[in-house]
Amino acid sequence: MYSQRHAIRKLNKSSTVLDSASAEKLIAYRSPLTAEQKELTADSSSFIAEQTAYISVSRLSKSYEKASVLAVDNVSFEVNRGEIFGLIGPDGAGKTSIFRMLTTLILPDSGSATVLGFDVVKDFREIRSQVGYMPGRFSLYQDLSIEENLNFYATIFGTTLEENFHLIHDIYVQIEPFKKRKAGNLSGGMKQKLALCCALIHKPRVLFLDEPTTGIDPVSRKELWEMLRKLKSQDIAILASTPYMDEALMCDRIGLINNGKIMTIDTPQGLIEKYDKPLYAVSADNIARLLRILQEYPEIENSYAFGDNAHVILQGRSTDLKRYLEEKGLRNIEIIPIKATVEDCFINSLSEQ
Amino acid sequence: MNKEEKYITRHKPKSQKIGNSISFPHLGKVPKGIGARGVGGLSATNLTKRFGNFTAVDRITFEVKQGEIFGFLGANGAGKTTAMRMLCGLLKPTSGEATVAGFDVFKEQEEIKKNIGYMSQKFSLYENMTVRENIEFFGGVYGLKMSEIKPRMDSLLNKLEFTDVRDKLVQSLPLGWKQKLAFSTAIFHEPQIVFLDEPTSGVDPVTRRQFWDLIYDASERGITVFVTTHYMDEAEYCNRISLMVDGRIEALDTPKNLKTEHNANSMNEVFYALARKAKRVE
Repeated sequence: MYSQRHAIRKLNKSSTVLDSASAEKLIAYRSPLTAEQKELTADSSSFIAEQTAYISVSRLSKSYEKASVLAVDNVSFEVNRGEIFGLIGPDGAGKTSIFRMLTTLILPDSGSATVLGFDVVKDFREIRSQVGYMPGRFSLYQDLSIEENLNFYATIFGTTLEENFHLIHDIYVQIEPFKKRKAGNLSGGMKQKLALCCALIHKPRVLFLDEPTTGIDPVSRKELWEMLRKLKSQDIAILASTPYMDEALMCDRIGLINNGKIMTIDTPQGLIEKYDKPLYAVSADNIARLLRILQEYPEIENSYAFGDNAHVILQGRSTDLKRYLEEKGLRNIEIIPIKATVEDCFINSLSEQ
Repeated sequence: MNKEEKYITRHKPKSQKIGNSISFPHLGKVPKGIGARGVGGLSATNLTKRFGNFTAVDRITFEVKQGEIFGFLGANGAGKTTAMRMLCGLLKPTSGEATVAGFDVFKEQEEIKKNIGYMSQKFSLYENMTVRENIEFFGGVYGLKMSEIKPRMDSLLNKLEFTDVRDKLVQSLPLGWKQKLAFSTAIFHEPQIVFLDEPTSGVDPVTRRQFWDLIYDASERGITVFVTTHYMDEAEYCNRISLMVDGRIEALDTPKNLKTEHNANSMNEVFYALARKAKRVE
């Protein structure tokens, strides 16, 4: 026990010296398990199969730079088997730190977490062999081809491309025509697809995807989420993060995260139904002017641009607002009560924080 | 040949597609003076870039008015970056014509660089310099004198409410602040045009909207804004947008007209409808 803790501390220390890409590659590294550990792994696996929570996080915290930056602040959540759980929040919210703790790359300051029943501090070897991790930054070998990267990761995890080909088939066929091309020469969307294949090649039971769709165009983003929806029917739990609020709808449950804190956890539908503010979509011929005038109107709790109209939390009557806007010279005014989107919920949580 | 060009060269499709330039009737309404030297806005006619047999940008034709917020959309690999690099004077086109702020993209690349601002999410500020040092540095690079920089910097820091952090290292600022500062630095020398390459990736929805307030502000001061984004709601904030598919401009209009034309409720739907036509594999 001591030696393992010691080893992981050492690894953490050394990772500050390594560039972060190399540190992320370490996740793929797995020391051969001893016979005893193998037996332990098998035992826990059969135990875990009956459990539904594949990831369980309890009061996890992490700070950096001698405790001056609190990156993750007392975070708790669970991800069940067959579930896609989305961590939705901006850069710097603490998403990546959570991923790195759960994949045993960094140690938590306090709190605890288990993945497939294994403790993220004590049982890091077991966790590393059973999870797939796709870091936010592309971390495959740039000078190996698609094919070579896949074979490399398969070999490291003691399997072959053929053995689990069915898992990656749908994704792999899209990049197969380029299998001889070096990973460094792939476009953003293709890199993401290759990274997903590499994360899946050893049939992981938990999949960690840190911003799999960032910088990817809307069509490729949609495709990627459709693949994840298909994947989850396998015996797998998926934890994914994204800064795109509209992608929340593709998750079974989501946690809205900001400044290291999870503000709320719910299903996307539950979150939307919980929203109890009087929300309206307001449009007019001059949207820029409309937004400015709305700022001055007294009976408004909040107003902001939303696509081609403004979203308004209106405390007063919509007929009064309409008259006011007309007096200000705006034309083609429409004020319609609407249901909140996840983005409205997020903005509301931020303003209440 | 740089890395990007090598990459694009390797993507040679088997058969070369013949592109058509599209004419846009409403462009006839562009006010006079566009294209004149020293006047903001830009125009491109049949602008093309080939890498070997591969046509990355295929005869694109469009104009952007001074002060307009122009959204430049397209799937990954559609040719946006190549087009943008040509317009910024960083890459010589193969054929066609274009002027940016009145300067020719073939002959006056250095003049173009002086008259534009540029900001991308990937690189914009020096993290290990303070806020003040960054502003002074970029102001200096664009040829401003220290006596011009000082008063402008004071009013900028006031406006952004950054006065307290002027001597803080940029790396210590939250991402949203960095992005606001990066944008303000990109237009600090009052360029004719500012190019924004996915400026808001990864920031929270509230900060994203504050960022757009700055964009509107710049546009009202007459600065032309040329912006790429993967957030389709932001596409709606643009005056007009173009959508590139396989190196060509497949659509160009106001968001409202595009939605009507494609019978769509949102720009997201328009994007799916058009980008799905792509034959080029990234």
